[in-house]
Parts: sequence; structure tokens; C-alpha cells
Amino acid sequence: MTQAATVARAPSRRPRTAPPASRARARAWGFGALGLAALAAFWELYKLLGPADGLVIGEVRVLPRTSDLAMPHIWETAGRLFEPVTRAEGARVLWLEVAIAASLTLGIAAAGWIVGVTVGLLLALVMQRWRLAESAALPWIILSQTVPLIAFAPVVKSWGSRIEIGAFEWQDWMSVAVIASYLAFFPVAVGALKGFQSPDRLHLELLRSYSVGWWQTMRYLRLPAAVPYLLPALRLAAANAVVGAVVAEVSTGLQGGIGRLVIQYAGQASGDPAKAWAPILGAIALGLIAAGSVALMGALARNYRRTEDAS
Amino acid sequence: MTGAATIAPPRGRPPGAAWGSGGTARAVAPIVLGVSVVAVWQLIAGSGLVEAYLLPSPAAIGAEIVEFWPSMVSAGAITGLNALVGLVAGTLIGIIAALVASTRRSLDGMLAPIVAALAVIPIVALAPVLNTMFGADSQTGRQLIAALAAFVPVFLNTARGLRQTQPVHRDLMRSYAASNAQIMRTITLRTAAPFTFTGIRLASSLAVISALVAEYFGGPRGGLGGLISTSAASSAYPRAWAYVVAAIILGLAFSLVASGLERLVSRRR
Amino acid sequence: MTESVITTDAVTVTAVDKVFEAAAGQVVALSGIDLTVEPGEFVSLIGPSGCGKSTLLRLIADLDTPSSGSVEVFGTSAHQARVDQKYGIAFQQAGLLPWRSVAANIALPLELHGSSSVETRERVAELIALVGLDDFGDRYPDELSGGMQQRVAIARALAKKPELLLMDEPFGALDEMTREYMQTELLRISAETGAAVVFVTHSIPEAVYLSDRVVVMSPRPGRIAAVVPMALGSTASRADDLREDGAFFEMITAVREALHGGAPASSARGVENR
Repeated sequence: MTQAATVARAPSRRPRTAPPASRARARAWGFGALGLAALAAFWELYKLLGPADGLVIGEVRVLPRTSDLAMPHIWETAGRLFEPVTRAEGARVLWLEVAIAASLTLGIAAAGWIVGVTVGLLLALVMQRWRLAESAALPWIILSQTVPLIAFAPVVKSWGSRIEIGAFEWQDWMSVAVIASYLAFFPVAVGALKGFQSPDRLHLELLRSYSVGWWQTMRYLRLPAAVPYLLPALRLAAANAVVGAVVAEVSTGLQGGIGRLVIQYAGQASGDPAKAWAPILGAIALGLIAAGSVALMGALARNYRRTEDAS
Repeated sequence: MTGAATIAPPRGRPPGAAWGSGGTARAVAPIVLGVSVVAVWQLIAGSGLVEAYLLPSPAAIGAEIVEFWPSMVSAGAITGLNALVGLVAGTLIGIIAALVASTRRSLDGMLAPIVAALAVIPIVALAPVLNTMFGADSQTGRQLIAALAAFVPVFLNTARGLRQTQPVHRDLMRSYAASNAQIMRTITLRTAAPFTFTGIRLASSLAVISALVAEYFGGPRGGLGGLISTSAASSAYPRAWAYVVAAIILGLAFSLVASGLERLVSRRR
Repeated sequence: MTESVITTDAVTVTAVDKVFEAAAGQVVALSGIDLTVEPGEFVSLIGPSGCGKSTLLRLIADLDTPSSGSVEVFGTSAHQARVDQKYGIAFQQAGLLPWRSVAANIALPLELHGSSSVETRERVAELIALVGLDDFGDRYPDELSGGMQQRVAIARALAKKPELLLMDEPFGALDEMTREYMQTELLRISAETGAAVVFVTHSIPEAVYLSDRVVVMSPRPGRIAAVVPMALGSTASRADDLREDGAFFEMITAVREALHGGAPASSARGVENR
């Protein structure tokens, strides 16, 4: 009886299933929350036990002061979120104010991301097609990321203000988006190129035996093979676009975005220390949302992340 | 025919590659590209087609570099020191954290989401509150930002390296009844070292950029970031770009040293 | 399949040399190769490592070019034959695209050359049935065993009904039992399609079982040492019981002797006869 059962099985193998993915995810979230709680506990513990004036070695302050002004309590910061921004009439609640500003920045960062991803992909295509282009351009592309963003703000702004095509007028936010795209294009260009160059010789020769040209090889082999490299690159590009948008907002002085709030509330920190932390929480949420959205996109591309070997 | 050579078709050129020019063309290409771009830039800027404040000519920038070299160096030293302190601190903490995380799954579970979050948030946004915490005259806030920026790649790469020990090596050590400390010393750390240095290379330019951009968010002036913004604010654009060149050189220097270290460690594999 | 008399040979290799430039100097992979394969014939290339059998196959497939001499496939140059898609090829690793299902992998050459989706679907269904993988059309490569992956690769190689199949040790990565099973399947498939096959292997029983002729090659430099015709009846009529037939073992011995006869005097055999 049993031998028939073992012999009759078709020679295929199902991938061995891990413990249900939902349970593993719940565990991960649980531990993450634990980690955050540990951080909060650490903060409060330091406030409780640390030296009042911080630790100053020579002229360098190595540990911060523990006063409520320098380090507001966690619960103070949390509570402050639900109070109005200013004491003026009709002022919005703090968290709402931050959320609105964060959405504006998110939108600009998204625009910058799209531009950056497009440019990055085009560059990678060109560099894969012609090895000389790769040799010529790649070092400069890598070097481009050592140029600090803040240098671009005035340049992009003045160039933009000169662009008038018909009814189209350069808006301030577009300068921010362009600067954000500058940070976003780099991981995509590098990651996409790596992905395009990833197929092994076996697959390349297979397609060569089909006598297809460069574009068809790209479409049927290189592009799908690049997906596992592109997804982390796109995620990184999203995070970079957020950083770029925030920094660019500060250097162009754009109103309404979260970068401006960070500076503004920090300036008021001597009177209202907890308020200064609100836009930071907003910026953190922004980065997480941006990266998370891209990760969601990755979940849709599951087939392209399979490998050839049976697990 | 000595038969010492391999018989398999040599790797190298992928089938169907059209370029026969080989290595020298590829090495020279970026230089040719860079020189031609600068030349075209000089032509456009010098021709008067575009106003000087929009596109300062390379010659004008060069003149500013020569004139302001001393302040470039002193400002670069300040920013560079912040970046270096941040890089070293971030590296040490990253390595230790990765080692700790590798010992217990629970610790790894707590650290991993925090690091993943840190990797995607704009760290420089912390600059103003850090300046409040440490005092407006302190460089510590910027060094912390650089440290946070450096911590992430070093942690991630070291953690990855610690996972790379081959099962066959682990089995070998177990057959020798080696203690955990011995295994760590002889196998695990040495396998992880190249990965750590890759992380340091990635962290080096991040540390410089973060230290520089953090200067934009308040705190003592005097670093490269401050000088760039004051020059830009007073419309002295060629000078602003001269300081940008200094920033690029600083970033490059850090990267090259870190790359060199990385290659040194990897060569012995 | 039309039974017209085809006068053009499937493969004609004339005075082919292949020299590689390696770090330590030149390597002569092939020297003075002359070979003809008739339409519908099953020819194996066998020899020790370094005898150039894979190189020869790659020259026929136009994945490499000879240093001198010519390779013709069905009367045209090898390059033209590749452009015209006159052959199907299978490598030692299946080389399936991991993001495509079994059916999509088999469909690849059809898609690349513009078959309509109706034609493609029908042909893929035929091929899946031919290689015995019914019900597996929607699976992905990482869900298949090595033998099944190779069957998909063979189905793919047959997609455009080529009259020439080139196979480079396709069963090399499989275990012995799966290997024997696949050999029988391959004989059945090649009989049904009537294609000529050039098959590279380093297993003597495999070469003998599958072929009409076994081409024995020797290394340094790679050349054809001997061609051993198989006196075992047509390949279309062979079955598993051949493996236990006395004639089978005689042919194995013949090939083995040809292999050793061509090798340099390196093996010590008791008494040295110098």
C-alpha cells in the first residue's frame, strides 16, 4: 500500500512552505514595536538619570542636557500633537498642520521620483547598449552624488523662472521636484544597469540562438531579470526623493512643505520644545510612506522575483 | 603546447559585442567626456548667451578657487572633521549592533525595523532639534547626523557579512569542537570583514554629504555648507560653486580612502 | 512530415580549426575537423574533457566562429542557419526563464518570431503533450525537478519544428535513473519529429544507446579520432530492453576502445610496453 503511494508521486516538488507569512509578519511588527518602546524607555531613562547639564568633555558636549527644554518628555511631545499650532484664533491642530505640509512634500517628492526614475532608466538603457557610454558616464554619475543639494537651489530656481512656454509658468515646487529627482535618479541608474547586466551567459546564448536583436533581448530577458535589482533601487530612490524634497524646500524657501515647518518650529523651540519634534515625526512618516508604497508595488511583481532553481 | 592553458572558451567579451577598441578607450572615455563638457560649458558661459549669474564659467570658478583656497581648506577641515567623527562613530556602533543582533533573533527583530526605518527617513531633518539638545554652538548635532547616516550601511553590510559563513566551514569547526569565540574569531569575523568595509565605503560619502547638509539647518557657521549658503545668498555664485568643488573633493577623498581600505581587505580573500 | 528525398546534408563541417587566445598563449581547441550529418541522423560527439566537442557544437550553432574552414547547415552558412532559425538548441542547464511559466517558456521562440497567439497556444499544447508534461503548463521552473526542467527545454528547442537539434550534455546534471528515462523519451521524440540530432556527451552508454553513429574525439588538439557506426538497428525502433542486449555491450566496448586508442599513452596498465 505505502510503496504504491511513494512510487506514484509525480517527480515534481512543491516549495517547502515556511510558517504562515502572516504570523511571521505579526512577529516582525511586534518586535519592531518593542524596539521603539525600548528607544522611548531609553530616552526617559536618560532624562531621569543623566547629568543635568549633559556631558562636556573639554569643549565638546558629548551628551545632551536633560532639561525639559532640551529633551521634552515623550508624552509631552505626543500630547502637543493634539493642541493647536499657535494660540491664534482658528489655528489648526498641530498634527493636522504637519500632515498637510507632509502631503504637499510627498506630492512633490513623488513628482521628483517619477522624473528621477525615468532619467535613471534611460541612462541605464544607454549604458547597457554601449559599453563606451557606460565607461564614460558611470564615474560622473557616481561623482554627481557628492555634490551637495543645497548648491542647486538658487540655480534651478533662476533657470526655472526663465522658462515660459505659452501658458506654462515655472512654479516654485517644480524646482524642489527637480532637485529631488537629482537624488532619485542615481540608485535607479546604478541598480537598473546592474540588473540589465545580470543575466548569465546561458540565457544570453539562448537568445542569441534565436537570432534576436538588442531590443528584443532587452524586452524578453534583461528587463525581467532586472526586476529584483530595480525594486530595492526604486525604494531607495523614493527615500532619497523625500530627503531631496525636504532639503530643497529649505534651500529654496518653499512655503507649505514640511521642510519649512522643520526650520520654523525649531526656531520656536526655546518657547515650545515639543512642537519642534512634530514636523520631524511627520518627515519620518513621510519617508516610511514613500518607501512603503514602492514596496507594495514590489509585491505585485512576485513572478519576476523567482529564481531558476527549485528552492 | 604545454597544455597549461584552459581549454574552455575564455570569458570576457559577451557574444556579439561590437567594440573592438578594448581597455584604453574605456579608461579614457570618462576623461574625454568630462573635458568636452567643461569645454562646451566654458564656450557657452563665455559667449554671453547666458548671463553670468545663471551659469558661472569654469574659468570664473577656477579664479575663485585660487583666491579663496585657504578658506576652502579651513571650512573643509571643519566639515570634514564632523564627517570623520560621524563616520567613525557610526561604523563602530554599526559593527557592534550587527554583532549583537547576530547573537539573538529577538534582538535582531527589534533592531531590524528601526534600521530599516532609519534607512528611509530624512535624517537631516533631525538637525535642528539636535542643535537644541546639544546647544547651538556645538558641532555634536551634525556629527550625530553623520553618524546616523553612516550607521545604516555599515550595520546592514556587516549583518549580511556575518550571515555569509559557509555551512561547510561551520561543520568543520563543529567537528573540531571549537568554542563559539573561536569560531567567531577564525571564521565569522574574517568572512564578514570585506562586507563591513564595503559598508564603510558606502557610508563615507554619505557621512560627508550629511555633515554638510546638516549645516544648512542651523548651528555654528564656518563649515562648507555655511559658506555655500552665504555665498549664494549674496549672489556670489562663482564663489559658491568654488566651495561646492571643495565639497566634491572632500567627498571624493573620503570615498577613495574607504575604497582603498576595502580593496586591501578583500585582496587577501 | 514530408518524405521527400533531401539531398542537402543537415550539417557539413569542412576542415575546421578553432584557436582560442588565452592568457598563457594559444589554445588549439579544434584541428582539421571534417564531419557530415545526414538529415534525420542521430550523431553523438564523445570524448574526454578538452577534446573540443562542445566547441564544435557551438560552431555549428553559430555561437562561435571557426578560425578556418567552414560550417554549413542545410546548405547555407551556420550564421544564416541561425538567422533563419533552422535549429533548436538545448544546453546542459535547462536555462529556463524563471519568471515565465512552463507554457510561456516553451512559447518563447514562437513569441520572438511573431507567431500569432492562436498558433502559439496550439503548438505549445502539442509540445507539452509530446514531452509528457500535461498539467504542468502553469507551473514555474522553481517548482520543477531537474528532469522536468530539461523536458521543458527540449520542448522549447522543438517549438519551431526544426530539422536539426543541437544538444550539449542536456542530461549531464541528472541522476542516472532520470537520465535513462530521458534518453528513451528523446529517442521517441526524435523519431516522431524526424529531426537530425547532434548530441554531445561524455557517457559512453548514452552515446551508444541514442546514436546512429558515434564520433569519438580526442584532445590536444581536438580532432576526430574515430567514427563508430552503431550496429543496433534504427534509432526509431530502440527501446529500454536494448540496454540489456549483448550487442549493446559490444558497441560500448567498440566506442571505449576507440576512445582509448585515440588518447595519448597516459594510462599505466600493468606491464609497460615502451
